[in-house]
Amino acid sequence: MVAVAARTSRVTGRRFRSVTLGVLGLFGFAVALEVAPRIGVVPIDFAPPTSQILVALGEQFGESSFWTALLQTLRTWAIGLAIAMVAGIVIGVLLGSLPIVRAATATTIEFLRPIPSVALIPLVIVLYGPTVKSTLVLVVYAAFWQMLIQVVHGVADVDPVARDTALAFRLSPWARVRYVVWPTALPYVITGFRLAASVALILTITGELVIGSPGIGKEIDNAQQSNAVRTVYALIVVTGILGVLANLLTRLVERKVLSWHPSTRAEEVTVA
Amino acid sequence: MLEVKNLHKVYDGHGRRVTAVGDLTFSVPEGQFACVVGPSGCGKTTLLRVMAGLLPATSGEVRVQDTPVTAPPPGLAVVFQEYGRSLFPWLRVRENVELPLKAQGMARAERRELATEALAAVGLADAHSAYPWQLSGGMQQRVAIARAIAYQPRVLLMDEPFAAVDAQTRADLEDLVRSVWKQFGVTLLFVTHDIDEAVYLGQRVIVLSASPTTVAQDLTIDLPAERDQLTTRADPRFTELRGQVYARIQKVKAPASEGAPA
Amino acid sequence: MRYLQRAVLLIGLPVLLLAAWWFGSAGSEDFYRPSLSSIVDAFGQTWTWEMFQQQVFPSLWRLVVGYLLAVLVGVALGVLIGTFRSVRSLLEPVLEFLRAFPPPVLVPVAILLSGIGDRTKILVIVFGCVWPVLLNTIEGVRGRDEVLSDTCRSYGITGSLRLRHLVLRAASPQIMTGARQALPLAIILMVISEMMAANEGLGFTVLQFQRGFQIPEMWSGVLLLGVIGIVLSLLFRLAERSLLGWYHGQRAGQREW
Repeated sequence: MVAVAARTSRVTGRRFRSVTLGVLGLFGFAVALEVAPRIGVVPIDFAPPTSQILVALGEQFGESSFWTALLQTLRTWAIGLAIAMVAGIVIGVLLGSLPIVRAATATTIEFLRPIPSVALIPLVIVLYGPTVKSTLVLVVYAAFWQMLIQVVHGVADVDPVARDTALAFRLSPWARVRYVVWPTALPYVITGFRLAASVALILTITGELVIGSPGIGKEIDNAQQSNAVRTVYALIVVTGILGVLANLLTRLVERKVLSWHPSTRAEEVTVA
Repeated sequence: MLEVKNLHKVYDGHGRRVTAVGDLTFSVPEGQFACVVGPSGCGKTTLLRVMAGLLPATSGEVRVQDTPVTAPPPGLAVVFQEYGRSLFPWLRVRENVELPLKAQGMARAERRELATEALAAVGLADAHSAYPWQLSGGMQQRVAIARAIAYQPRVLLMDEPFAAVDAQTRADLEDLVRSVWKQFGVTLLFVTHDIDEAVYLGQRVIVLSASPTTVAQDLTIDLPAERDQLTTRADPRFTELRGQVYARIQKVKAPASEGAPA
Repeated sequence: MRYLQRAVLLIGLPVLLLAAWWFGSAGSEDFYRPSLSSIVDAFGQTWTWEMFQQQVFPSLWRLVVGYLLAVLVGVALGVLIGTFRSVRSLLEPVLEFLRAFPPPVLVPVAILLSGIGDRTKILVIVFGCVWPVLLNTIEGVRGRDEVLSDTCRSYGITGSLRLRHLVLRAASPQIMTGARQALPLAIILMVISEMMAANEGLGFTVLQFQRGFQIPEMWSGVLLLGVIGIVLSLLFRLAERSLLGWYHGQRAGQREW
């Protein structure tokens, strides 16, 4: 009893200390960004203090155009991610299960994958103009490879004994995918999802910034063109919040789907 | 010379208070080969880590060469059980052996010579440029032993070094440790859970009780100095000593039933 | 026979795809989708040595400097933060927050703060690429093997010898993972910083072709960007192979046992 109590208090003590330090760190960061421009470490005209950014952020919340842009960004992101995931999983499972196809496509994939998606920017501008479609091409192209590679690895990771067992019991190809391949590949799929989600957000914002398709990125560009410095920063904070939410969300999905998987459990132990 | 006086170690780390080492006193004179055996979970590894200066004692003290141990003492080398994890996988065999010498600021030529000599002593004269992971488990442990020898320690601690190798390799390595001990004249403390191994190797066997650990028996092994796997293990005296240690360990495994020493 | 089969498998599909593009686009009337042969012609005429010196090398120079600086800073800070528990607790939420920003938004900020010179673009690359390296290094420094740490303590391996032979090497697989994630980011940031704020450089030039409706030239620029991406990823793989040979060897060995 005493031992258990001592243990709990010690662990909560350590966690309390770590959380306190973390909050302190965030607070200190905000204070530093508030003070630095005021004492002239950075030019106040181009790097407004935290408080002014927050005020500008509040103003944005009152504008309907901001919410339209935000929704547009979320939509582009979600659609792009969904297309990339479906394509990545279907093609990945195919490539992973058919060694001959994998061998035949390996070189092509090795060449296509490192082509930077931003190289496509001029192409999509002339083909589709400053539309959501243009940005979607970039998003799908970048996120698809993340997904595909993970799924192919995942399918290749299937235990040969499990595969032989399934064959020996004459499971149908569909049943093999459903009961043998998919459970093995799932952790990889989730990793692919996490990587693809963050890449997709980056390319969504990039497309909006550079191509000018509607969304937060375009609003940032507009604000910069009209020298609305505080608005630029406020909108950038919004993209940061989107990024944080994306991370939290994907980690939540990871934990939910993979609660049985050793890697997740190990991670939770070290977190504690 | 190695002295352990009233050593007491309590773990408070993971919330629970666990007494790993109760009240331990013994000493190993210069040049002796002593084996420590005990039932599993009796704090052998804790004892070794405290002696190596890797873990602070709760009370009591350890002295190596008459100096109290507070940090890893100079002139003391350790061979760990997990050979696969104690060698640097990114360094070749020779570099692994030389690294501690480099840390002492020893000149290159001298380092080379010592490493060559040590690797020859463990029968790995040809494996200098291999990576540890290219070798079998037994050979990896030989590299770890070579590293310890090249360090020229006065005291050598070995923590169940052969627990993870197969039986035949193990017999070879046991003979290797005997020959290394004779050749280099170190004070050797060998921790094991294997009674046969302890009796075969040591001049003396210290039997530990179950946790909280104390010395349950201190036995002199009066077998001839020249030992080999066949004749020594067939020696009636070997069987007798082994039986004594075995009986003692069976007894201390359940200290509660016979009334634990308070 | 088997070599032939392998060769067909390796280059069959790429050859087929290129052939399909070449013949499919031959005599193309579509202004925006010129024939591959005209793109190849434009490539030879556009990307001369002079053009490389004026537009391509400065871009690559900024890319390499920014990327290497990011790796250097990320590893140095990562070792520092990974070693001290309290520093980690203090900084981790801030780092998680900073990492969550999509790096391209740095470009407008950097333009505001330091104009459109080389410094801005290098700064953008450093600031955008440092996070994956930093966070992976912290993980690597934290996760190193205890037995190896004990070995270093027992054998008196301390100071810079310990840093070089234990801390950095043990974290090197994670460091390389971070560096691998950072490489495409560096290319993205190089290109878009030149598209948004420059009067020279590869990204700027390609976008100029698009604006001037020099379509075959633009396509050739897209191809060049693709080739640069491929070459950089090959170079990275070479570097990885020489730095992490031990790691892959060890893992292959473990699978065998």
